[in-house]
Amino acid sequence: MIEVKDVSFTYVNGVEALRGVSLTIRDGEFVAIMGQNGAGKTTLVKHFNGLLKPTRGEILVDGVNTRKVSVATLARKVGFVFQNPDHQLFCETVEDEVAFALRNFGFEEKTIKKRVAWALNLLDLTEYRETSPFMLSGGERKRVALASVLAWNPKVVILDEPTIGQDQKQKERLRQFIIQLTAQQKTVIIVTHDVEFVAECNPHVVLMAQGEIVAEGGAKQMLTNPDLVTKASIVPPQITQIFLELADLGLPTDLIDIHEAREALLNFLGVNS
Amino acid sequence: MAVIETKGLTYTYPSGKKRTLEDVSITIEKGEFVVLTGPSGCGKTTLCRCFNGLVPHFYGGKLEGDISVTGLRVSEHSIHELARHVGLVFQNPENQLFALFVEKDVAFGLENLGVPRDEIRKRVDWALQTTGIENLRERAPHELSGGQQQRVAIACVLAMQPDVMVLDEPTSFLDPSGAQKIFEVISELNKEMGITVVLVEHRLDLASRYSNHVLVMNEGRVVLDGEPREVFNSETARLIGVGVPKATRLSQVLEESGVDLGRVPVTSGEASHILKEVLRRD
Repeated sequence: MIEVKDVSFTYVNGVEALRGVSLTIRDGEFVAIMGQNGAGKTTLVKHFNGLLKPTRGEILVDGVNTRKVSVATLARKVGFVFQNPDHQLFCETVEDEVAFALRNFGFEEKTIKKRVAWALNLLDLTEYRETSPFMLSGGERKRVALASVLAWNPKVVILDEPTIGQDQKQKERLRQFIIQLTAQQKTVIIVTHDVEFVAECNPHVVLMAQGEIVAEGGAKQMLTNPDLVTKASIVPPQITQIFLELADLGLPTDLIDIHEAREALLNFLGVNS
Repeated sequence: MAVIETKGLTYTYPSGKKRTLEDVSITIEKGEFVVLTGPSGCGKTTLCRCFNGLVPHFYGGKLEGDISVTGLRVSEHSIHELARHVGLVFQNPENQLFALFVEKDVAFGLENLGVPRDEIRKRVDWALQTTGIENLRERAPHELSGGQQQRVAIACVLAMQPDVMVLDEPTSFLDPSGAQKIFEVISELNKEMGITVVLVEHRLDLASRYSNHVLVMNEGRVVLDGEPREVFNSETARLIGVGVPKATRLSQVLEESGVDLGRVPVTSGEASHILKEVLRRD
C-alpha cells in the first residue's frame, strides 16, 4: 500500500510542484494519474520509489517512510519505467539490458535466464534478444525499458506514459498484462495523457492540476465530466465527445466504451443487438 | 506537383539483417497534409529519415530505388542542401536540441543558412510565439520537460520555413489539449503557407481531422495509400492494428448490427452530426 500524506514538494529552483497532496493506493489497484503537462504527475510518482523526498508531509510504502530507506531498497519493491526510454537504456544488447537489474539484485544466473526470457516474450521482444536497444524503434525501446523492470518482479510498477509510440496491438497487449499484474495483487500506476487507453482499461483515475489533486474516481465518472476534464486539461474520449453532442436527443452522456455506445444507439433505435 | 516521390525504395541499415523499407513507391503532392502511420517498428521513422537524406548519408546502409524531394534526388544531394527544403522534427526531442538557450537552438539553422540578423530575430520571435514558448526563450533546452522540448524542436523547424515539414510523433509527450494546439498550428502553416506536412502519428483520432492523405506502413511496405475515410474504413487497417478513430469504429460496429449510417465518419464531430441526422429521421 502507498500512502501519500499531505505531501508538498518544491524543486531547488523554487518551483512548487506538489501542494498538499493526499492519496492512498491499495495493493492490486490499477491507478491512472492524468493531467496537464507540468501538473505534478511525474513528480508525484517519483516520490513512490524515493527518487524524490517530500518537502513537507510523508509517503509510506507498505508502512515504511520513504525518507528512511534508500532508493536501492525501495527499487526492489517499486519498479519505475521512465517516460523517455533513452533515460534508462545503456546496455549492448536487449538481453543484457533486461538482465541488468536482476544481476544487480544478485539473482542466480539460472533464474535470470528464465526471468529475461519471460519478460522478452511478454513484450514481444524475443526476436531482438541480441540487438542493441539503440537499433530499435522508439516504440520498441519503450518496451525494452518495460521488460527490464517487469523482469525483477516488483510489487508496484510505475509506468510513465507507457503508450507513447505504441500501436493499437501493443496497447492491447499492455492492457492485457496490466490486468494480469493486478490479478497477481501487484499495484500498477500509470501516468498518461492517453484518454482512449484509459477508457479501454477502466482504472481508478486521479486528475491533477497545478500540483494538486482535482478529483479521483472511476474512469467513467472522471472522463465524462466536462468540468473535471477541462480542469485537468485533458480531452474526453472520442465516444464521450460524440455522446455529449447527442445529449439533447435524450441519449446517455456517460459513455466511454464503443460497445456500450453501440448498445445505447441500438436501444434508442429500437433494434435488438 | 509532387514534392516527395519515391519509386521502389528499399533500404537496409548497415547492421540490419532484414530490410527496413521494402519497395516503397509513394507520391506526396505540394500542400498535402499527410498522416503516416502503422505498427511500431514498421519503418515509419526510417522513411522520414530518407526525406531529408539522413538515410543514407548519415546512417549509411544500402538504399535502392529512387527518391526525390522538392525535385532533388536525395542520393545526389547532401543533408545540408536538403535541410533548406525539408525540416524534420525528431521523435525524441533530446536528440535534436543541443544549444545552451532555447533561443539559440531556434536560431541555429537560420544562422547556418546565412540569413540576415534582423530576419533571424523576426523568425525566431515568430516561431517561439507560434509554439507558445516565448517564456522559455532563455531557458536551457535540456532542463525542460519532454513536452516543452517538443515545442522547442517544432519551433526550430518552423523558423526555417521549409517547403516540407516532417514530424515524427511530435506531440507524444504533450497533453491532449497541448497536442491539439500544436496540430492546429501545423494545420495553419499547411493551409496558409502551403507547407507540405508529413506527420507520423499513432493517435489518429487527434490527427485525422487535419489530414487529406493517409499512408499506412506494415513491415517496411506501404500497404494503404489514400484518403483518410477510405483508409480508416478498410479491413486492412484494422487487421494490422492501426488505431482506427473511434468515430469510424463506431460506424463499423453499428453496420455489423444492421444500422447503416450512410457515411463513414472520421472525427467525433462528424460522427455526432451524422448520428443526429439518422436518429432524428427514425
